[in-house]
Amino acid sequence: MSAEVGAEMGVSLPGAGWRRADGAPAQRREGRRRRRAGDDPGVSMVEEAEFTSYYGRPVIKPPVWKQPDVPAYLFLGGAAGTSAMLGALADMTHRPALGIAAHRVAAGGALASVGFLIHDLGRPERFLNMLRVLKVTSPLSVGSWVLAPFSALTTATAGAQLLGWFPRLRRVTGAVAAVLGGPMTTYTAVLLANTSVPSWHEPHRELPYLFAGSAAAGGGALCTVFTPVDEAAPARRLAIAGAAVELAMTHRVEHGHGLVSEPYRIGRAGLLLRTARASTAAGTGLLLATGRRRWGAVAGGALVAAGSALTRFGVFDAGMTSAKDPKYTVEPQRERARAREAASSPGEERAGG
Amino acid sequence: MTSISSLSSAFTGDDPGNRLFGPVPDVVGQSTSDADHPARVGFFTDTSVCIGCKACEVACKEWNTLPMDGADGRVDVLGLTGESYDNTGMLGANSWRHVAFVEQSRAVDLPMPTVGRPGDVGSPRPLAEPPVVHAEVPASATTAEQTAPQQTQSGDREIRWLMSSDVCKHCTHAGCLDVCPTGSLFRTEYGSVVVQEDICNGCGYCVPACPYGVIDQREDDGRVFKCTLCYDRLTDGLMPACATACPTESIQFGDLDELQARADARLAALQADGVEGARLYGRDESDGVGGVGAFFLLLDEPEVYGLPPDPVVTTRDLPSMWRHAAAGAAMAFGLALSAFAGHRR
Ligand code: SF4
Repeated sequence: MSAEVGAEMGVSLPGAGWRRADGAPAQRREGRRRRRAGDDPGVSMVEEAEFTSYYGRPVIKPPVWKQPDVPAYLFLGGAAGTSAMLGALADMTHRPALGIAAHRVAAGGALASVGFLIHDLGRPERFLNMLRVLKVTSPLSVGSWVLAPFSALTTATAGAQLLGWFPRLRRVTGAVAAVLGGPMTTYTAVLLANTSVPSWHEPHRELPYLFAGSAAAGGGALCTVFTPVDEAAPARRLAIAGAAVELAMTHRVEHGHGLVSEPYRIGRAGLLLRTARASTAAGTGLLLATGRRRWGAVAGGALVAAGSALTRFGVFDAGMTSAKDPKYTVEPQRERARAREAASSPGEERAGG
Repeated sequence: MTSISSLSSAFTGDDPGNRLFGPVPDVVGQSTSDADHPARVGFFTDTSVCIGCKACEVACKEWNTLPMDGADGRVDVLGLTGESYDNTGMLGANSWRHVAFVEQSRAVDLPMPTVGRPGDVGSPRPLAEPPVVHAEVPASATTAEQTAPQQTQSGDREIRWLMSSDVCKHCTHAGCLDVCPTGSLFRTEYGSVVVQEDICNGCGYCVPACPYGVIDQREDDGRVFKCTLCYDRLTDGLMPACATACPTESIQFGDLDELQARADARLAALQADGVEGARLYGRDESDGVGGVGAFFLLLDEPEVYGLPPDPVVTTRDLPSMWRHAAAGAAMAFGLALSAFAGHRR
């Protein structure tokens, strides 16, 4: 019936030919809003011809998470996780200097990570409500239950080591912390991926490996910086291997997902990730060539650690870009819906044109 | 609240009760052991009869004592957007109903396809240029106006004004509820999704988790707020404030199955009248969020109203994400272990 009416009126355009009557002013307004939000001018403007939106407003709510709190929390938590592994393994293989450095990096990273997490809460005084329930459907709940014992154990280990207390017990706490260090490196990837933010959700299969690699690079690099070169070899190797994984996975996230990969390459996120790549690559090169000398270890380690941190800031920023521009939400969903419609009713025109 | 044991099967691959994704016949029964809970209630918002009066917005603000906010959700700001009559802008912490206004026009094939201004016969106005809508609306009703609501003809163009009162969808699989780490968000006995403000610690996770961009953090407060489906009124046997205030029954409140039947009938009637583009949004229980408790009759694509065309609760992919996270953690371990192999220096 409705198809008939459409044919009668001679309308064959998509959406029965309806267009927003005030398209142009709405786009100008959008330009203002973007700049006010402090967005990068490099972000491409919405093309009204490609897709429809409600006055260019975002469909989903961009995360209210603050910078640098959340990206710093991602970086520090991950680096602390791999440092705890290095610490426990150093204890087992009798590398006291590496053990001291790694346990301290783990404890410092964990505490700072907790601090950033609490500071980002809207009601920081209620942070203990995080431990009110345990929900597997909430990566933040699972993460809190990993982060809380992890930070307690790493702090206890490093503290006991500093004071020379409980030499046996602190090996046990260090080992348990190392086990928790595994999930510490990846739960934050699930935390971001399990949102409606297109550029975080779409690469949900890659992000855990990207974060694990980045955590290995960050933790290994920080421990390389703080450990005398005689004992720093494992930290250096971890940093190099982690950096390789981080570079490879970042490349896949930046290119593997069509439109929603775009935010990783443009604007501030693109700049951050390009800087991260240069820093990580230069640092890795330095570690490989001169990592057995103190200055080479310090410079290379610092560069790789900076690359790891910048990667997290870049990933965070790309997600924000994709959340603020409705095209990243609407276009892939529209495509999906169209494909499903085509599959379910082959050859049939949609009613109303 | 959902216990871990009852969820474990969902995370090991098969999910017979559709705990994470898919249609759920009894969404309340999924989160309570109480067999005789009330029926699931919801809203059916029929946008074809919305007149854009914003009575729902006002009633909601009044009843829930929501602070004044501008079109970007900031408290105590008054702002005119210029986006038609919409100065509310969006749903958020302080606006739990939001009436969208969309002004549209389209060219129609008439015998004389162009219209010139009086006097300038030589330069007909190109069809692509939209007419001044308000000045040229003819008083007489056209055929289009009789068959399609919110639509009229103006010269060589048809114009229409879409209005739609948006609200939290009270999803069957609610992303906000799934990701809330404190248990502040919960499923009520009526099937609605509500924030317990005395527990919320403002972590903000629900904000990007919602596929509809509904829930938001109140800036000066730190906690998140959204529509409660007037939980306080329901427990006292009253209708939600917005549905009570709506003068055209565009917002209908009731038991969800009854609303769904009514919506199906309304859609069939509109289609029989030849109304183009009428469709139900959120009615389909096999959609990405398992159907919603507050669904809509729309006259155009969802994205025209600022709604996502194919929303999916991301928890659907969470089991796979956890598996990849476990593999990633194992990889980190492997890297650390192998770093200790080989030369000591
Ligand atoms: S629409 Fe958004 S806020 Fe409302 S129940 Fe669904 S996920 Fe939660």
